[in-house]
Amino acid sequence: MIIASQKPINEIIGLVEPYKKVLILGCGTCVKTCFAGGEDEVAVLASALRLSFKKMARSIQIEEMTIERQCENEFIQEAAAGVERNDAVLSLACGAGVQAIAKRFVKDVVLPGVNTTFIGIQERPGIFTEECSGCGNCGLATFGGVCPVTRCAKKLLNGPCGGSQKGVCEVNPDTPCAWHLIIERLTTLNRLDSLRTYIPPKNWNTSLSGGPRKLVREDHIL
Amino acid sequence: MKTFSRLHEKLSLGQFVVTGECGPPRGANKEVIDKKINLLNGYVDAVNVTDNQTAIVRMSSIAASAHLAAAGLEPVMQMVVRDRNRIAIQSDIMGAYSLGIRNILCLSGDHQKFGSQPDAMNVFDIDSMNLIRTVKNMRETGKDMSGFDLDVAPQMFIGAAANPFADPFEYRVIRLAKKIDAGADFIQTQCIYNMDRFKEWIRLSREQGLTQKVYILGGVTPLRSAGMARYMKNKVAGMDIPDGIIKRMDGVDKKNQADEGIRICLETIEELKELKGVRGVHIMAIEWEDAVGKIVKQAGLK
Repeated sequence: MIIASQKPINEIIGLVEPYKKVLILGCGTCVKTCFAGGEDEVAVLASALRLSFKKMARSIQIEEMTIERQCENEFIQEAAAGVERNDAVLSLACGAGVQAIAKRFVKDVVLPGVNTTFIGIQERPGIFTEECSGCGNCGLATFGGVCPVTRCAKKLLNGPCGGSQKGVCEVNPDTPCAWHLIIERLTTLNRLDSLRTYIPPKNWNTSLSGGPRKLVREDHIL
Repeated sequence: MKTFSRLHEKLSLGQFVVTGECGPPRGANKEVIDKKINLLNGYVDAVNVTDNQTAIVRMSSIAASAHLAAAGLEPVMQMVVRDRNRIAIQSDIMGAYSLGIRNILCLSGDHQKFGSQPDAMNVFDIDSMNLIRTVKNMRETGKDMSGFDLDVAPQMFIGAAANPFADPFEYRVIRLAKKIDAGADFIQTQCIYNMDRFKEWIRLSREQGLTQKVYILGGVTPLRSAGMARYMKNKVAGMDIPDGIIKRMDGVDKKNQADEGIRICLETIEELKELKGVRGVHIMAIEWEDAVGKIVKQAGLK
């Protein structure tokens, strides 16, 4: 899923300050699961903003709403009346959601309430880790199911750098060395021979380096 | 046999070589380079010129290497893949060759997090393994990475780094083998303080016939103080300094610690000279270039 975290409250106050009526729009899928922008977070943020503006002796009208997914038109439609009633939308969806709302409501102000951080998983309750960078050319079969493009700080495809010690990445002691994990996995799978395999330079054309990407599914075009 | 540089020639003749290191200045002052050239000239067979080491912005390794070459001191131009994509890499290699640079050391590069500008974006378009292969392919096929026939293709003597002290240990020999497959002609190792582990790595490499395929230069760094030893042990990634070494440095007066550091370094060099499969030493006297002449003379290397 897409992992995000809420922006600092002061930054959010700065964003919504110019407006009198603001719709906080939550998203009920990824950002709900990572506790950044679901119904609960919308409610907490709304209270925090009301309180802050009251303290500043400023009036602001805040409406709360959460839709299932801000990245799908079918759900976005549900927010239309709410968007119409307010001066600005503070979207707690990922960057894709924020832009989908902005695309749909071309004349309305849409503001981001979260920082979209990565594609990842909830490793254990409250701990989220990055696993995929969406490079468009998956090589996980080669690396025993551990992605070095995403999880090695130097994107090394041919083995660990000289800074890996005791299974830990030199860049951050909280991060396991991706190559340590790859070697462990390939050992378990009895595929150590593939460690000798030379991996040629990666084709980044399928990644963001090739410019914004688009997927066309002819069979689903109406 | 065709040799690509003077360093290559000496190694191919079976000479036990010495290489040194020159860190370019944080600025455009050529005099700093000239000073280091004077300290190293005559003592070493070639000098590594670092490429924005520890991710701190410095004069480019290409320019500094060209200054060395002009002064008659053979450079080993270090090149990291942290700051350049494949387009810049190939272009810089061609430029370097045109400036008379004949040795290259292919590296990943320290992560920018450790440097003075951690906000920078890194590149890592290709890894150090593929950098080795790129230089090798240019040399052997005369083509760039796209397969285009180059007018004059760079013909460089290709080096790579090896760290026998990083984990996982078993993989370190596999990685060396991969670097040789990719095209490495010579290897310079991480600083050796843990001789037992180094010997084990060399033994495994010998067993696999790797020491026959590549010239291995053992890396040494003289310790200037017990404080430096502790700092390197705790703060420098991939460094293995046994407690015995630290104790030994602690055991002498502060004012004599530099001498003790040089003594340890000389003892290491003595062991390396006797070790089958080691073809030279790489002395990394970090910002202590005037120690190099002393070490080389006392070790009887020149």
